[in-house]
Amino acid sequence: MSCDDTVDCGRRRLLVATAAAGGVAGVAVAVPFVASMLPSERAKAAGAPVEVDISRLAPGEMMTVEWRGKPVWIINRTKEQLASLAKIGEKLADPKSEKNMQPAYAKNETRSIKPEILVAVGICTHLGCSPTEKFKTGAESGIDADWPGGFFCPCHGSTFDLAGRVYKSKPAPDNLEIPPHMYLGDAKLVIGEDKKA
Amino acid sequence: MSKVNAILQGTLNWVDERFPLTSNWKAHLSEYYAPKNFNFWYFFGSLAMLVLVIQIVTGIFLTMHFKPDASLNASGVPVAFASVEYIMRDVPWGWLIRYMHSTGASAFFIVVYMHMFRGMLYGSYRKPRELIWIFGMVIFLCLMAEAFFGYLLPWGQMSFWGAQVIVNLFSAIPLIGPDLSLWLRGDYVVGDATLNRFFAFHVIAVPLVLLGLVAAHILALHEVGSNNPDGVEIKKKKDANGIPLDGIPFHPYYSVKDIVGVVVFLMVFSVIVFFMPEFGGYFLEYNNFFPADPLVTPPHIAPVWYFTPYYSILRAVTYPLFGIDAKFWGVVAMGASTLIIALLPWLDRSPVKSIRYRGPLYKGFLAAFIVSFFILGYLGMLGPTPMRTLVAQICSVIYFAFFLLMPIYSSLDKCQPEPDRVTSK
Repeated sequence: MSCDDTVDCGRRRLLVATAAAGGVAGVAVAVPFVASMLPSERAKAAGAPVEVDISRLAPGEMMTVEWRGKPVWIINRTKEQLASLAKIGEKLADPKSEKNMQPAYAKNETRSIKPEILVAVGICTHLGCSPTEKFKTGAESGIDADWPGGFFCPCHGSTFDLAGRVYKSKPAPDNLEIPPHMYLGDAKLVIGEDKKA
Repeated sequence: MSKVNAILQGTLNWVDERFPLTSNWKAHLSEYYAPKNFNFWYFFGSLAMLVLVIQIVTGIFLTMHFKPDASLNASGVPVAFASVEYIMRDVPWGWLIRYMHSTGASAFFIVVYMHMFRGMLYGSYRKPRELIWIFGMVIFLCLMAEAFFGYLLPWGQMSFWGAQVIVNLFSAIPLIGPDLSLWLRGDYVVGDATLNRFFAFHVIAVPLVLLGLVAAHILALHEVGSNNPDGVEIKKKKDANGIPLDGIPFHPYYSVKDIVGVVVFLMVFSVIVFFMPEFGGYFLEYNNFFPADPLVTPPHIAPVWYFTPYYSILRAVTYPLFGIDAKFWGVVAMGASTLIIALLPWLDRSPVKSIRYRGPLYKGFLAAFIVSFFILGYLGMLGPTPMRTLVAQICSVIYFAFFLLMPIYSSLDKCQPEPDRVTSK
């Protein structure tokens, strides 16, 4: 833009400044609209801890409870199932649970507080489907001949072992999440709260 | 009689002095000259407009009875799911309106895929029609968004888990992903907030954008003129009045031809609406007759047929790259597989436009592309196995090779000379 007889540069500058101020105001007005789509105060307040009685959960059985709208699995693993966990390390993506998908007290071989009881969020870390239990071992599971039991995600085929650890070369990047949890006595479990405080 | 005519003519003059009615009628219909050699493939543009009208009209009537509410009613069924059942069972003719809408969704994609394939056959995306193609691709993306948002509304099992998967796609984006998908859902899980906003997107936001884009698509087309099965420009040969020698007025010639297409389309459409609205589980998936259950994913989950090719490409990526999860690259591949179609005008270096004059290289690549597109679509409906994943990986490579190698093979190809004027095959 050159300042000659036909262009009044003072007015042109004022015009540009006005348009810029208008643009800033426009962006500022967009903020409340975009923010209105964030979780509401009510949604944030929801999600209280859940108490579960696991006294009737026999070895080899699994139960599902709802916590924050998600399925949480509680599995009472048998001795054989626990023994299988140690053998499949090299087939897993993160056998030692190095990634931060569990509270510190569940960062161990069985990913649990009590060795036999696994508490895990039953949501695949790929795209959020809920995997299906495949506890039958070997070819009968329909997965492969030396399948030691675990979970299979129907959406994209990720597989997890009985500690919720993901197998290598599967779409899911991480092990299943272990929620904060604690025991109030032998058979009473609280999900969503722990004693770390 | 002449008195009536005089009154009508007077009214028209009165309007024309205030609104460009006659001039627009001429510019877009009675004096819009389209090539005289349009064939079967040229039905699908006007059919897409027909389906858009069907979807808007049936959609308006469905909103009169539908309730976007995920809370449970007195019998423990989600209100949204129950309101769809109510439309099907209790609203007079509600079943017909809903089946028209659900069949219309699949029909929309069939018609649009045919319309896009026509563009690929005859090089309709080539200069000077690049913007028509771009507008068309944005329409296609809007259509996919519209279908996705609409699919959540019945709040069945497939609605819920489909939305869960697609919204989680965004969480694969590094850094901002998890917050982005939280913002899209409006809650930590797909829930009432998600259902309500998808309803808003489905019934007003996306349709408004869609209508604007359709107008832009047609305005751009009428600016440069239609392509034709020979891929030659009719505007290069004009008569003394400046009318293309191979052009005929859209109205009445093609308006009448298109009505034949509409009648045949409506016959097929009615057969589906009245006799096979679920279309064997392809148009309405059986798992969606169960209300949404956030605790249990159905054992077999697949998107509706029109999304399955891209879904297969998503699943085909199973290894990490540059230290980022396979999940992210799967999402990138899926996004790229739809966006890359928009680049066709710049990838194609062939001296001719139409398939009629192209050489064997292009025909071979196009055939391989179409075959892998169908295989990907088929695999996307099935559960994953190692063998199927391998096939999907091979087909994904062919899919992308068709586009990425096009600058090379389209310029190497042995083409036949284009005719000066359109032929009447």
